[in-house]
Amino acid sequence: MTKEPVAVVGIGQTRHVAARRDVSIAGLVREAARRALDDAELTWADVDAVVIGKAPDFFEGVMMPELYLADALGAVGKPMLRVHTAGSVGGSTALVAAGLVAARVHGTVLTLAFEKQSESNAMWGLSLPIPFQQPLLAGAGGFFAPHVRAYMRRSGAPDTVGSLVAYKDRRNALKNPYAHLHEHDITLEKVQASPMLWDPIRYSETCPSSDGACAMILTDRAGAARAPRPPAWMHGGAMRSEPTLFAGKDAVSPQAGKDCAADVYRQAGIADPRRDIDAVEMYVPFSWYEPMWLENLGFAAEGEGWKLTESGVTELDGDLPVNMSGGVLSTNPIGASGMIRFAEAALQVRGLAGEHQVDGARRVLGHAYGGGSQFFSMWLVGSRPPDS
Amino acid sequence: MPEVLKAPLTVEFPFTRSLGPVQSAFLTGLRERVVLGVRTRDGRTLVPPVEYDPVTAEEIRDLVQVAATGTVTTWAWNHAPRRGQPLGAPFAWALIRLDGADTALLHAVDAPGPDAVHTGMRVRVRWAEERTGAITDIACFEPYDGDDPAEPAGHSGEFSNFENFEDPVTGIVAPARLDYTYSPGRAQSAYISALSEHRNVGERCPTCRKVYVPPRGACPTCGVATLEQVEVGPRGTVTTFCIVNIKAAHTANLDIDVPYVYAHIALDGADLALHGRIGGIPYDQVRMGLRVEPVWTEGARFPDHYRPTGEADADYDTYRELL
Repeated sequence: MTKEPVAVVGIGQTRHVAARRDVSIAGLVREAARRALDDAELTWADVDAVVIGKAPDFFEGVMMPELYLADALGAVGKPMLRVHTAGSVGGSTALVAAGLVAARVHGTVLTLAFEKQSESNAMWGLSLPIPFQQPLLAGAGGFFAPHVRAYMRRSGAPDTVGSLVAYKDRRNALKNPYAHLHEHDITLEKVQASPMLWDPIRYSETCPSSDGACAMILTDRAGAARAPRPPAWMHGGAMRSEPTLFAGKDAVSPQAGKDCAADVYRQAGIADPRRDIDAVEMYVPFSWYEPMWLENLGFAAEGEGWKLTESGVTELDGDLPVNMSGGVLSTNPIGASGMIRFAEAALQVRGLAGEHQVDGARRVLGHAYGGGSQFFSMWLVGSRPPDS
Repeated sequence: MPEVLKAPLTVEFPFTRSLGPVQSAFLTGLRERVVLGVRTRDGRTLVPPVEYDPVTAEEIRDLVQVAATGTVTTWAWNHAPRRGQPLGAPFAWALIRLDGADTALLHAVDAPGPDAVHTGMRVRVRWAEERTGAITDIACFEPYDGDDPAEPAGHSGEFSNFENFEDPVTGIVAPARLDYTYSPGRAQSAYISALSEHRNVGERCPTCRKVYVPPRGACPTCGVATLEQVEVGPRGTVTTFCIVNIKAAHTANLDIDVPYVYAHIALDGADLALHGRIGGIPYDQVRMGLRVEPVWTEGARFPDHYRPTGEADADYDTYRELL
């Protein structure tokens, strides 16, 4: 028996900001869920199950928030699941929800991911004073910056590439009303003059800390037929994991990321991702991860990813636009960031991305990773139903 | 085999909560010695209030006042109160349905002993002297044998004063604290014990032969126990690094002058790099491949930093697999 095709018929986001002091966590998730239902022209009663995700509980200090959020998400009397995969959680949450539809367990599923970073401090949550362990010597960027240096050494990329990514993503964010950072006076010179925090990573090449939520309504073929607006169709989806640290780990281009992408492409019938995929929303928390992931995801040969960035291929009007929404560099409610990538990919193939729409986007990849490059989740969505 | 180490670990943080309109009214009410609930469309009154109807998922904003008296619906005796609980002496945890409410609120009942508590007993709020807009504004409940309120279930359903509260509570601090006894386990205990003699002792995987320092007691890729001890270092190679220019809260670098170099160092004989600070060389002269050795300070468990050995830099191909 073949799988049920999965369609995205509703998408909702909050306007992401540094601190949403006007709403509780329940109020925040409700806003995104309500917008997704409105997009799909559905009511709470039309939803069969709810699948939510967020980053670790320490990040807000609400233990098992899914219990308290059942009312706000209309989940009372329905199955409710929570997914945990660190920063990639928004992507894997969507994939767990999609699996329920594909397996015909449920017809219509609400999936949602969120983070209210203003209620805690993620750096604290990642830096618990474990006895006998060597204390952490650098902040979040200090974990990633040595890997960026390793990439630069390996690829020979000029040291300006990171600033090009940040300049592009921050300009793209100006076209996205939901993005957190709207730096209207951004210039390349300003990015390049911003303080060097963890050399080679500059301040303007890092992601912000955001409050926000993102929701999607996933449904089956019958649900898609009733949808008021064009659906996005899932053509492939996969998750992979590997340890954060192990002998032989390639932190620049992790094997789990390559395997995850290969699985998605196989499902979707993608022979050459560079040719067959129209745009990408990828998880880039520090600007240099754009060229690194371009290689890891097979859009460029090893050591060549930076050339796509440098030559403008990944610009909004380029041949392979990357992070049309402004990406994680412009909006980072950690738990939601992966789902925002998946949702923005779906918006593109639905033709509903507004000012940051890529003309004629038919197949778009959504990508998330987390936990020190430990977890990967990706999906490929298309404007037409998958071949059955 | 050395003793397995143990130490206390306390994890605590003052989380903040934005309350949203309903909890804001509820906690502001407590500060003003008023208990507010919400009324659902089907006429039930929920105390404590919620923002969304648990049955219909509708948004609820219809606030109503209920009485400060109520009835215990069930309870359990707390023989040994812990830190942060409402009362220092033994008390009853109880679910209390306030007069006018359809649901019960969890709180403490101050009573001399379990024989003095029963389901169905009447209680009233004992307000805290200092009230800040928190659930602790109700110090506890206490036995109450006064008359039932004349109109327990409704107060006409309207309560207007809450809209006039000045300076409403919009956020609270919710401190959380967890106390653990932490043990790093056999493998790390042995590693730490050897470090006290300035020796780096890791463990080799019997399957893939990789050497892990610090050891974890199991190989993360092969999934088998590691027992064979292997001394590595003390010298090593900087595989990659960053230059830290900012002091970051919640990290241990607040006492270190910036800029400094934070590096991945592959000790000779180890198959995974560990992390350390590089000193004894200007920060802008540190490079991949630099050969380094540990510098110890009196009484420290870990090297204070690593400094150049003066050897020629390692060839890239000798450490590229360790990046």
